[in-house]
Amino acid sequence: MKIYLDYSATTPVDKSVVKAMFPYYSNKFGNPSSLHSFGQEAVKGVDRAREQIAWLLNCQANEIVFTSGATESDNLAIKGLIKALLKKDKNKKYHIITSAIEHSAVLETCAELEREGIEVTYLPVGKNGLIDINGLKKSIKNNTVLISIMYANSEVGCIEPINDIGKIINKINEKRLKEWKNISPKSRGDKPHEIYFHTDAVQAINYVNCDVKYNFIDLLSLSGHKIYGPKGIGVLYVRSGVPLSALQLGGHHENNIRSGTLNVPGIVGLGSAASLINKSNHVNINKIIAGRRDRLVVGIIKNIPEVILNTDRSISTPSHAHFSFLGVEGESILISLDLEGIAVSTGSACASGSLKPSHVLLAMGIKEEVAHSSIRFTLGKNTTIGEIDKVIKILPPIIKRLRSMAP
Amino acid sequence: MIPYSKKVIEHFRHPHNQGMIKDADAIGEAGNPRCGDMMKIYLKIKDNIIKDVKFETLGCAAAIAVSSALTDRVNGSTLAKVKKIKKEDIVKDLGGLPLIKIHCSMLALEALHKAITNYNNK
Repeated sequence: MKIYLDYSATTPVDKSVVKAMFPYYSNKFGNPSSLHSFGQEAVKGVDRAREQIAWLLNCQANEIVFTSGATESDNLAIKGLIKALLKKDKNKKYHIITSAIEHSAVLETCAELEREGIEVTYLPVGKNGLIDINGLKKSIKNNTVLISIMYANSEVGCIEPINDIGKIINKINEKRLKEWKNISPKSRGDKPHEIYFHTDAVQAINYVNCDVKYNFIDLLSLSGHKIYGPKGIGVLYVRSGVPLSALQLGGHHENNIRSGTLNVPGIVGLGSAASLINKSNHVNINKIIAGRRDRLVVGIIKNIPEVILNTDRSISTPSHAHFSFLGVEGESILISLDLEGIAVSTGSACASGSLKPSHVLLAMGIKEEVAHSSIRFTLGKNTTIGEIDKVIKILPPIIKRLRSMAP
Repeated sequence: MIPYSKKVIEHFRHPHNQGMIKDADAIGEAGNPRCGDMMKIYLKIKDNIIKDVKFETLGCAAAIAVSSALTDRVNGSTLAKVKKIKKEDIVKDLGGLPLIKIHCSMLALEALHKAITNYNNK
């Protein structure tokens, strides 16, 4: 039997989700933009999914925008907001704050805006992958309009202090508004612009509280295939009142924010997957997965010398165990495990399209040669103790063999 | 599954000429751990013929397979012939390599050429 320990890359679609999606391919195939009964049947499925996701995020159904996935959501959130703000005042020099360990969908979007004249601050992270709240506070300027910080990191699993960040931003926004209100209407000019808060919650949604009201989140990206739903479907939550310009035009779908015929089966699947997340019982579910993850960590550290655990378990999702096996190259471990039927991933450059190791590991202060030796195990709801024990048995001889070949 | 040819996987699983030669006549090294790949080639040479060859490699599956295939090619060969080996030859021996992995084959050749240069300079 094959063992899948790469849940952070993607998850299997839950059987109940497949069942929910199935009728929307051939039977209820209508286009939700159509006014006839076929279209309206599809609308019902879409509406229900919108409600299911709104329940998960604690927002209104009309604040959910369906996209093709989290990469599009991230692009739309950042570029769409800046585009909307520049429409009001095209000469303004806006400032974005993000972190060095974001997904490339955020980092590359920010880099593109930088080339177009937007100012961007990339917050550094500590050894555990967390940003420093005081550093964030200090980097906020008068022209800051967006703070985009991921909720949980896909590589090492660290959970960023989203609630604290949300509170800080909210406080500043409230203070600015109050000060403005205290100036006489004649001399105070335009309302001060808000600082908006975006988070990429793709890796967090299974395990932590993604209540947008509680966390003061204005924009949130999520993806179907990381939560036991289908690929090619995602969501951008857009708090009502947040300015956002469309990036693709031509169909007036999703309140003119995201044109394109709705992916009805995907949307139904994403809604169904969202409804499976037991948001009121995170603690207990997390305990089960963390227990298996910890068994893996202990087993590896006990049986293999010269290992570094890069995941700080006290501040991370229960799914992640990220290691560096010193003196071995990550891709050769990945291939060796794959030949034994075990699927994992690596932050080594040799497995990516570039020659640089993972930007996340380097930002955490991990040396290049150590980053090259990294292997990420990510567990999911289907991971069993038996699977973990098999990995603990198979891995040590693999590391030993590869080390023996090194100069 | 893996974008590697069967031959690459074969060499990776059971590499040929892996190890070291204690009384080697020439040693060549290439790469560094910071870029993820490091290769060391040991040669035993007599009358301009490579009598024995061994390699040690820290690197990805392709790097290990390339090292193994290269040592197969040079074992028993004359130095003049060995100097003419091109990276395309190794790639061919392995039934192809993913484009991003071609640099691994260059590294192995670099280590071999360094070993021969070291030998000639002795």
